[in-house]
Amino acid sequence: MQESRPAIPDQATSSDLLAMEAPDGFFHHAWFELRKRKLALFAVCALILLYSIGILAPVVATHDYSETNLAKPQAAPDAENWLGTDRLGRDIFSRVVWGIQTTVILTLVTTLTASVVLGLIFGMAAGYLRGIADILISRIGEVIAVIPDVLLLLIIVATVRPRIKEFGYWIEDNTFISGVVSSGVIDYIVLGIAFLPISWFGSMRLIRGQTLAIRTAPYVDAARSMGVGTPTILLRHILPNVITPLVVSVSFGMGAVALGEVIISFFGVGVQPPRPSLGVMIGDVTARTGSAAVETLRSHPEQLLSPIVVVWLMIFCWNILGDALNDILNPRAR
Amino acid sequence: MLIYVSRRLLWTPVLLFFAGLFIFSLSSITPGDPAELMAGQRADPEAIERIRDRLGLNDPFMVQYLRYISDAFKGDLGESYRYRGRDVVELLAPRLKVSLELNIVSYFVTLIIGLPLGFWAAMRQGTWKDPTATTFMLLVYALPVFFTAPFLILVFALWLDWIPVSGWSGIFSTQAILPAVTLGVPGAFVFMRYMRASTLDVLGQEFVRTAHGKGMGHMTVNRRHIARNALIPIMTILGFSLAGMFGGSLIVELIYGIPGVARLSLEAVFQRDYPLLMALTILGTTMLALANLFTDIMYSVIDPRIRLRA
Repeated sequence: MQESRPAIPDQATSSDLLAMEAPDGFFHHAWFELRKRKLALFAVCALILLYSIGILAPVVATHDYSETNLAKPQAAPDAENWLGTDRLGRDIFSRVVWGIQTTVILTLVTTLTASVVLGLIFGMAAGYLRGIADILISRIGEVIAVIPDVLLLLIIVATVRPRIKEFGYWIEDNTFISGVVSSGVIDYIVLGIAFLPISWFGSMRLIRGQTLAIRTAPYVDAARSMGVGTPTILLRHILPNVITPLVVSVSFGMGAVALGEVIISFFGVGVQPPRPSLGVMIGDVTARTGSAAVETLRSHPEQLLSPIVVVWLMIFCWNILGDALNDILNPRAR
Repeated sequence: MLIYVSRRLLWTPVLLFFAGLFIFSLSSITPGDPAELMAGQRADPEAIERIRDRLGLNDPFMVQYLRYISDAFKGDLGESYRYRGRDVVELLAPRLKVSLELNIVSYFVTLIIGLPLGFWAAMRQGTWKDPTATTFMLLVYALPVFFTAPFLILVFALWLDWIPVSGWSGIFSTQAILPAVTLGVPGAFVFMRYMRASTLDVLGQEFVRTAHGKGMGHMTVNRRHIARNALIPIMTILGFSLAGMFGGSLIVELIYGIPGVARLSLEAVFQRDYPLLMALTILGTTMLALANLFTDIMYSVIDPRIRLRA
């Protein structure tokens, strides 16, 4: 493909490069740098595509995800079923699309609550206030970090689900809202809660470190000496400076939550049928008891391909993007 | 040094105490208490009350937790809800043994591939072999277990029919090969990267030049001066990476049908067998904490800056 704009000459001095760069603007700068990295750019495009598919699942899917067609099980891809059908004649393409939606919802919800809200609040509190708040927050994080992630997820799912389900039935009984339990919302809430304890710690630590580094900066001292209150300092002077570690940790966190969701659903304790999830689809072919799984694997291994490729692409892209953002935004690595 | 190590030694039990407390408190938020679960659907209130008394469920929360800990030290992690009258330890022990075997044999695969490969790549720095090997291992590392495990089963068990599809009969059997490769090979990349970096560090040292200079054979220098010194920093990540393997091993166990803790713990989730789940989580936590402790101590032995800062 022809380059339409002139390429940057090899001998370009740093001032030339600076001149091409927008004078300020955090995201503008990040985007400028990102555009120069082919792999990261690919990751961004792939993620935008995947997340659009997930959000627009009702439009994109060609079939209902639970609609079975027993006359046409294990079919090869054709004009009607673009990726073929599974053991029960369900359309694999539609199930993958709805499975992506599950992952999209969970990654967005969990990362927003855990990494962004909890990570920011606790990280800035620990880093700026120091003392007892820092000790308490860091030690609690350390205690939770020492519990193996998968086991923690399992035990929280096991203990929380009955409670949330009970609450769902209570809502159905006592309000006009119906179909709460059957809609699958319960699973999202349970998984969201399960991911909270393991997701906030990473971003908290990064944000705490950054806050510690800038709390003694001259402009923070100046603000404090002028009598600016702590909340204002945190919002006006600290917050804009911790965006960098936040963005990086969100990118890695999304990948981690996506993988976690797939693993937990693969185990069969995450998203419950009939609601599809990429993990459930993988597990159906590989890990369920009985010979049905092995038979499917033997006769139709291609059924495994589409969910695995999507899962791999999503996790891989988030990690590539995280690496690239870390390189671009982290002044020490630059 | 002594201060730093003793500090870590003292902190680890405290850490475990609070981690255990967190896990223990989780099981108390579930609806219905264990006594009701154990007595079954149509038990009369008196029977439930009797069980409650026997289990000590009427005691304050902290008393229950302290009792759980003191029992745990005596090797008693409670009684399973589902398998009535059977100790959790009795249920877990054989499964845990299989899981440990799987992890250890995979770890062995990781080390035996990663360390020599890292050394080999470092010695060939500047040629095409080094980046090729590194990139190849990176690609293998990035493949999800979901892909490699079914793929290997498909090729070696279903198409070629060399190895049985599933099961486990000890470390020294053909059945152990595929799971160990699936779990062990991706991790080799981490060791390869570390080993490559630390070998390159040693290669630049003056004693290597001296050894060559006094006419020592290449093999002897490689073995005695380079490899040995390069292995020292590797010590620090040994414990940590063994603990990190655990999550992946659950998936591998399920796909290969290995009778380890994976299936048992999933059954425990479905059947709300909290004592079993709790015991498993606490054991896993203890192992991770000990691995971290080992890593910290190793670091302080090797890197004086860490123990001086403490």
